[in-house]
Amino acid sequence: MFGFLLRRVAFLAPTFVGITVVAFGFIRILPGDPVLLMAGERGLTPERHAELLHQLGFDRPIWQQYLTYLGNLLQGDLGTSIITKNPVLGEFLTLFPATVELSLCAIFLAVALGVPAGVIAAVRRGSLLEQAMMGTALVGYSMPIFWWGLLLIILFSGILHWTPVSGRISLIYFFEPVTGFMLIDALLSGQEGAFGSALSHLILPSIVLATIPLAVIARQTRSAMLEVLGEDYIRTARAKGLSPLRVIGLHALRNALIPVITTIGLQVGVLLAGAILTETIFSWPGVGKWMVDSIFRRDYPAVQGGLLLIAGVVMVVNLVVDLLYGLINPRIRHQ
Amino acid sequence: MALLEIRNLSVEFDTTSGPFRAVDGVDLTVDPREVVAIVGESGSGKSVAMLALMGLLPDGATVTADRLTFEGEDLQRMPARQRRQVIGRDVSMIFQDPIASLNPCFTAGFQIGEVLQAHLGLGRRQRRERTLELLRLVGMPEPERRIDAFPHQLSGGMSQRVLIAMAIACRPKLLIADEPTTALDVTIQAQILDLLLQLRDETGMALVLITHDMGVVAETAERVVVQYAGQQVERQSVRGLFRAPHHPYTHALLAALPERAEGGRLPAIPGVVPGQGDRPAGCLFNPRCARADALCRSVAPPRLEPALGEALCHHPVREPLA
Ligand SMILES: Nc1ncnc2c1ncn2[C@@H]1O[C@H](COP(=O)(O)OP(=O)(O)OP(=O)(O)O)[C@@H](O)[C@H]1O
Ligand code: SF4
Ligand SMILES: [Mg+2]
Repeated sequence: MFGFLLRRVAFLAPTFVGITVVAFGFIRILPGDPVLLMAGERGLTPERHAELLHQLGFDRPIWQQYLTYLGNLLQGDLGTSIITKNPVLGEFLTLFPATVELSLCAIFLAVALGVPAGVIAAVRRGSLLEQAMMGTALVGYSMPIFWWGLLLIILFSGILHWTPVSGRISLIYFFEPVTGFMLIDALLSGQEGAFGSALSHLILPSIVLATIPLAVIARQTRSAMLEVLGEDYIRTARAKGLSPLRVIGLHALRNALIPVITTIGLQVGVLLAGAILTETIFSWPGVGKWMVDSIFRRDYPAVQGGLLLIAGVVMVVNLVVDLLYGLINPRIRHQ
Repeated sequence: MALLEIRNLSVEFDTTSGPFRAVDGVDLTVDPREVVAIVGESGSGKSVAMLALMGLLPDGATVTADRLTFEGEDLQRMPARQRRQVIGRDVSMIFQDPIASLNPCFTAGFQIGEVLQAHLGLGRRQRRERTLELLRLVGMPEPERRIDAFPHQLSGGMSQRVLIAMAIACRPKLLIADEPTTALDVTIQAQILDLLLQLRDETGMALVLITHDMGVVAETAERVVVQYAGQQVERQSVRGLFRAPHHPYTHALLAALPERAEGGRLPAIPGVVPGQGDRPAGCLFNPRCARADALCRSVAPPRLEPALGEALCHHPVREPLA
């Protein structure tokens, strides 16, 4: 197990270097000049333009810029936003809890609905119910997120007025962030109605963000369950006179979860990508929206740092999933 | 009263190419302490018949029987919950492939203990004690260590012992052993068979033994049923069968045994058991039978009297084997 962990970590290093190249290169490939964008409508004299470019170091050869960037990285310096002049890491850390909160809610929703749906579809194989569920999953899987988000906003916020349109909590509440998680902070604040408000703001974005992972998890659970249900050891379990609930919910599901856990882990990357869109639709102040804003402003350091940090998060999560996989699969645990 | 009574059991599978009758009119009566063997080539419906009794067939299978009783209780009409109390406690089964039959995610001890919990309601401590006792009983080496082992850490023989421990955990009255030794090497085979017979002697349980191995039949069983293409083609005492098989199929099997009655697997006789598409009219054995005539090829044979091994045949063999 320890060797397994070591190999995984060793593998991360080159991946990380690759990501720095991509993060560094990506934003520079986009046309547009950060200095001009900063100046906005007012415009800029060519001398002032050159001076600013020089100040920011953007007039040096690209490889020099990259090496400087890498050197700073190694010292733990992710750079400073050229717009806000705040350290990139600080901005990221302030906004990250919002994204984590949204993503956790979404993945919770996706697992809590997707796994049971997949199990039921497998057990009721060939029934109308199964076809309906898998049809829905297919639709969810191919749902364009942006369109789906707008549709939900129009229906639930616009027409029905059930949920707010944007943000994390109603503006009538104000309290200092303690954990950065609005649900928890709202509870801690003790203000009446704050938790409810935070929750109602979370619902639609979570649904939107959960849609694709939910569909993927449901489909994966179903196919894993179908395979497991045909195994000899399921027959053994039934031959012991165990209840169907125990046979399916313990003996079958425990085995089916092994591939499903991997799928859930892979969904974290998908989730963070989805968060970028979802946060933009719902003006959710997380790192996704921040990335989009930074890209539009050509805030090179923010985009570089943000991409790197997000990639780091995905890698760490995948590592954790791998460990979890080893933990629930006895055959790996004992290697 | 017989322990188990099966009359006219049939199983039909609903397959993509139409219905397939894998078990056709099977009868079986088993008394306490009795050892009955079921022999037959691969695909003759031995496993399916016993799985039908256990209620373990998949949804695509239709089971019909005139009578299916255990200790006089009708298994077919019994509510599912009540049937589950019989299955696993009073009637249990061990399967053909021991390694695949254990759940890879749970320890041996857990999988045995589960039966004790489900049927006897034993608590954690008692379960562990009884599980260790069972593992010792089935001859598991180092039971204290193996109780916490996962299936991938066990050999085939050890897996089979775990399955047997599981099956006998509640002192069943009937144990169905589906080729319990096929997957194991020869020395282990003998140990497992001895173990099953010893359990029979000690607890008085009856044993239905499915096997390919005529040697196993000769050594362990009192009665034997020969199955072919889902039908029981001959039913006799073991001694009678080895002396004078009456159905041409059984006759061919025994005549071809290298050292008759002494052992060996089922010898190959030319041809294969007809599958779904190629079931002939008349007697199902006619394409492979030396005695087949026009009658055999058009009319299904009758069931003959016990003196002729209850053979399903128009022209039974009447002379004993040389
Ligand atoms: N679920 C199923 N669906 C369709 N056909 C099946 C199914 N299970 C078994 N059969 C068919 O039923 C027939 C009898 O199978 P069975 O497993 O009882 O044979 P067997 O006598 O136990 O053979 P073996 O000695 O190989 O174990 C075979 O032709 C098999 O293909
Ligand atoms: S009925 Fe005819 S074909 Fe069938 S076993 Fe008897 S002799 Fe052979
Ligand atoms: Mg079989």
